[in-house]
Amino acid sequence: MAGSNPNAKPMNLTLKVWRQRNRNTEGRIVDYQVKDISPDMSFLEMLDVLNEDLLRQGEEPVAFDHDCREGICGSCNLFINGRAHGPEAGTTTCQLHMRKFSDGDTITIEPWRSAAFPVNKDLSVDRSAFDRIIQAGGYISINTGGTPDANEIPIPKDIADRAFEAATCIACGACVASCKNSSAMLFVSAKVSQLALLPQGHVERKTRVENMVAQMDKEGFGACSNIGSCAAECPVGISLENIAIMNREYINAKATSNNLA
Amino acid sequence: MSWITKTFSSSIGRKFIMAVTGLFLCSFLVVHLLINLQMLRHDGGASFNFWAEFMGTNPVIRAMEVVLMLGLLAHIYQGLALAVKNKKARGGQAYVVNHSEQNSQWASRNMALLGTLLLIFLIVHLMNFWIRSRFDAMGGLAEVRVPNLDHPVGDLYSVAAASFKIPWYVALYALSQIALGYHLWHGFRSGFQTLGLNHRKYTPAIYLTGYGFSVIVSALFAIIPLVMFFSEAYQPRPATGNTVEQSLTTEPALR
Ligand code: HEM
Ligand code: SF4
Ligand code: FES
Repeated sequence: MAGSNPNAKPMNLTLKVWRQRNRNTEGRIVDYQVKDISPDMSFLEMLDVLNEDLLRQGEEPVAFDHDCREGICGSCNLFINGRAHGPEAGTTTCQLHMRKFSDGDTITIEPWRSAAFPVNKDLSVDRSAFDRIIQAGGYISINTGGTPDANEIPIPKDIADRAFEAATCIACGACVASCKNSSAMLFVSAKVSQLALLPQGHVERKTRVENMVAQMDKEGFGACSNIGSCAAECPVGISLENIAIMNREYINAKATSNNLA
Repeated sequence: MSWITKTFSSSIGRKFIMAVTGLFLCSFLVVHLLINLQMLRHDGGASFNFWAEFMGTNPVIRAMEVVLMLGLLAHIYQGLALAVKNKKARGGQAYVVNHSEQNSQWASRNMALLGTLLLIFLIVHLMNFWIRSRFDAMGGLAEVRVPNLDHPVGDLYSVAAASFKIPWYVALYALSQIALGYHLWHGFRSGFQTLGLNHRKYTPAIYLTGYGFSVIVSALFAIIPLVMFFSEAYQPRPATGNTVEQSLTTEPALR
């Protein structure tokens, strides 16, 4: 296998996994042993091994979310040994490899914790609160018509780059999961500043930030204390600057929008 | 709700209140510190009492004092309210293992704890000094004469000098400054960030200024009671109940 280490020894691990039947039942940590885990496996492949073992034993497999397994969909959300997406910075759980762990390790795996992210089952949580925040204004409503010519709307490269950086948010929720206040400000600010930076976003600039922040509060996320755990744990490196931009956008919108309600 | 109440009850609006009041409190700390440092002059408290009198009588300062008290109350109320709200947002089930120390600073995560320690200190502190100097409560202040003023002034210096001979009081003051230092370590830069004042050109300087500000301000505040405790040079005037002529050891550099 390309890139594999022929000397890498298979590992035996102890997993402490949060098991919870559904939203209305109590959960608890259950211990499992997994054997012969290759250091080249991804973390999710290691969980696949666990689930195959469980199925063989007639037990219910551990529910966890995943989709693309290549770091772009934002669904593989696990709190691993006290860190969102595990110990490696700038990676989603699906991109985390078992070579980051050692033979004999104990790994605690928990779901995202937040009042706004109720646990569906085991390690899978409901992040639809994020969808509702985006629905409240994280879009541009214009009739696109025909395809516009390239470069018809001039955007300076540095603005385009910053907007693109903000646009790389994959809505995983690691920011919320790792925040002491369970604040969604990094996620919301990424969308707000992405669209505030671009001319296409200016039409709905003020109502967008007003409505998205109102929805964020309604969903029960906390307020930002500028602790910075979000940006430190964000797999794509969304920066705290976006939160400052959103604060500016919000205060400016509240002071000058025509919205009296 | 009108748009105004909506704004200031939103998460960002509440934080805005925290930042404005917090940074305003920082500016107040500078003035307070400069006046406290006057106590360390070897002038029997003349300079300190002069400035204490100025702060107690100047109409602009008295007006600012009202703003300060309202700001402090808003900061305390909003800070504690946010802490409760944020705890609720976290949800009922805590993480079994959480290594937040690997992604953030301790001071940043403990602003409410540090603020509560500051609140306890402030209650003791305001009872002893502010209430006594403004409301004649707790015996009020003795009166002394200071150079260049034709009327006697309250001898707040003696209250401080007497207080800072009491070991637990000195310890409380010095230790509280650790809480202040940590609160400002995070609070200074956080206030700027909340107000949206983040710019790749200036933010590094704001961080450094905040760290310097928090360490210097809290260290100087802490040193004053310690020096006054350990040095014989700072003694309260014996209480006579009457106006005492101030004996000066140095010419005050005032006015
Ligand atoms: C001299 C006294 C004080 C000063 C100079 C001060 C200063 C500050 C500053 C600059 C901030 C940052 C604001 C922001 O992040 O936007 C802050 C935050 C905070 N302060 Fe204070 N503060 C003081 C006293 C207190 C007291 C007595 C409390 C009482 C409970 C308190 C509680 C808080 C809390 C909880 C926060 C964090 C709020 C949040 O980010 O959610 N502070 N303070
Ligand atoms: S800001 Fe980062 S951590 Fe938060 S949802 Fe987006 S990608 Fe995930
Ligand atoms: S499974 Fe899509 S980001 Fe990990």
